[in-house]
Amino acid sequence: MTAPAVELTGVNKIFNQGRPGEVTALTGVDLTIARGEFIALIGPSGCGKSTLLRLVADLIAPSSGTVTVAGKPARKARLDQEYGIAFQQAGLFEWRTVRRNVELPLELRGQGRRERRARAEEMLELVGLADFARHYPAQLSGGMQQRVAIARALAVHPPLLLMDEPFGALDEMTRERLQDELLRICGTTGTSTIFVTHSIPEAVYLADRVVVMSPRPGRITGIVPIDLGERTETTRQSPGFFTGITKVRAALRGTEAAVGAER
Amino acid sequence: MSVLVDRTVAADPAGPARGRSRTAEGFKGLALVVLPPVVVAVAGLGAWEAIVTVGRVAPFVLPAPSAIWEQFTLSLDTIIRTGTASGTNALVGLVLGTIVALLAAMAAGRFRFLAEVSVPVAAALNALPIIALAPILNNMFSATSNIPRRLVVAIVVFFPVFINALRGLREVDPTHRDLMDSYAAGGWTFTRLVRLPGALPFVFTGLRQASSLAVIAAVVSEYFGGLQDGLGSRITSAAANTAYPRAWAFVLGACVLGLVFYLIALLLERVATPWRTR
Repeated sequence: MTAPAVELTGVNKIFNQGRPGEVTALTGVDLTIARGEFIALIGPSGCGKSTLLRLVADLIAPSSGTVTVAGKPARKARLDQEYGIAFQQAGLFEWRTVRRNVELPLELRGQGRRERRARAEEMLELVGLADFARHYPAQLSGGMQQRVAIARALAVHPPLLLMDEPFGALDEMTRERLQDELLRICGTTGTSTIFVTHSIPEAVYLADRVVVMSPRPGRITGIVPIDLGERTETTRQSPGFFTGITKVRAALRGTEAAVGAER
Repeated sequence: MSVLVDRTVAADPAGPARGRSRTAEGFKGLALVVLPPVVVAVAGLGAWEAIVTVGRVAPFVLPAPSAIWEQFTLSLDTIIRTGTASGTNALVGLVLGTIVALLAAMAAGRFRFLAEVSVPVAAALNALPIIALAPILNNMFSATSNIPRRLVVAIVVFFPVFINALRGLREVDPTHRDLMDSYAAGGWTFTRLVRLPGALPFVFTGLRQASSLAVIAAVVSEYFGGLQDGLGSRITSAAANTAYPRAWAFVLGACVLGLVFYLIALLLERVATPWRTR
């Protein structure tokens, strides 16, 4: 009976419609994401994966088609704070301490001071930064800042988490550690996730389904289901992991071949 | 430089005994920051004294630092009294100019067309020579009025505060904008939570420039008549009486006054933007 976490039907997005510089960013996108599902969006630059994420977030409106989040129109879902979002830049407010950064979405919801503070500390505990609550963002490393951004995105306990290459600027070790942390958090909170990435291993390791996209015009060209069970330390060396990578790579190469043929 | 040293230390959260090592580093850093300029200043003064004494430079060309210092200590009471008068003018003008500049910047930041119109106007205002303005303002008000000098200061202060504040208000991190959109927070909430705190460092950059300018404007505007109770009028009258070391002593007083203003602005900046210094 519960509505899917996200549902896109016949979504098109054209920038600068009817003006010079018209760009078809997305065309004919249909995608349904179940509750608690982890979706990775992957594809070359310009394939519209960030656009797709921003449509779900209602930061931009579709040119046609419908976007529903938790059974509501995307706009209503945004106003109800049905999702948390994290970007490639941590985007912390440098004038707020770490704890006050995490408190911000709660503050905007009009939650009381004490409640806010308790929730923020709980979230910082979750990302392993409880000791840094009183620090300013400039005093943290890039990886720590990104963890604060994730804590902030999770602070309102959103049923949906939207992530736009949040680990893109981090080194490989930090990245893998944060991937594990993210999976653990999503597992314990039952959050549905859309995760945009450039990295094939990252997509395969994190996702239940990898959505492969291609550019000009941006569209979904394939969906690769990944079945690795619970991720452990051996997962990254397992044959299933490499099979997944090979499948995603093949799907991506298919799009490359298609692009090549167009030329 | 001290800020730089502090930041590197503070940016390494892995350091275990941070409190202690930071204090030690702080003292060392402070010495490294303070020592070189002091050495240069002392050496410079020594050279100046030597050149004037050995080269028998006439005092009306360049008095020796010792002669200036002697006059400075002799006229200290007068310097403090006139310095207070000039300082009050500078402060009133600074506060007035800053308030007007901040209001103007907020209005211009809110409405794009206002910004496009006001920036050239502000630039023209900045190009306005204070020298051309002071005598005119003096004639507009009575000879016993402080208003002309304070107005000159306010006008001089306006530009750096306005331009910096406007830049700060308009420079919004796109990620911050997206984030606030996702929270459905716009209008005044956005201004209060993102624009204003984000603009603070810029405002203080402007205020720091303005603080020294305010003292210069207050002193120089006294050269053109009006009330004769400030440092500037003492400099002109001492020079007119060929009492050059005394004129220099008042110049030194003006220099100290400017430094006091600058340091207070710096202190305010540290207090108001703790995230940048910790």
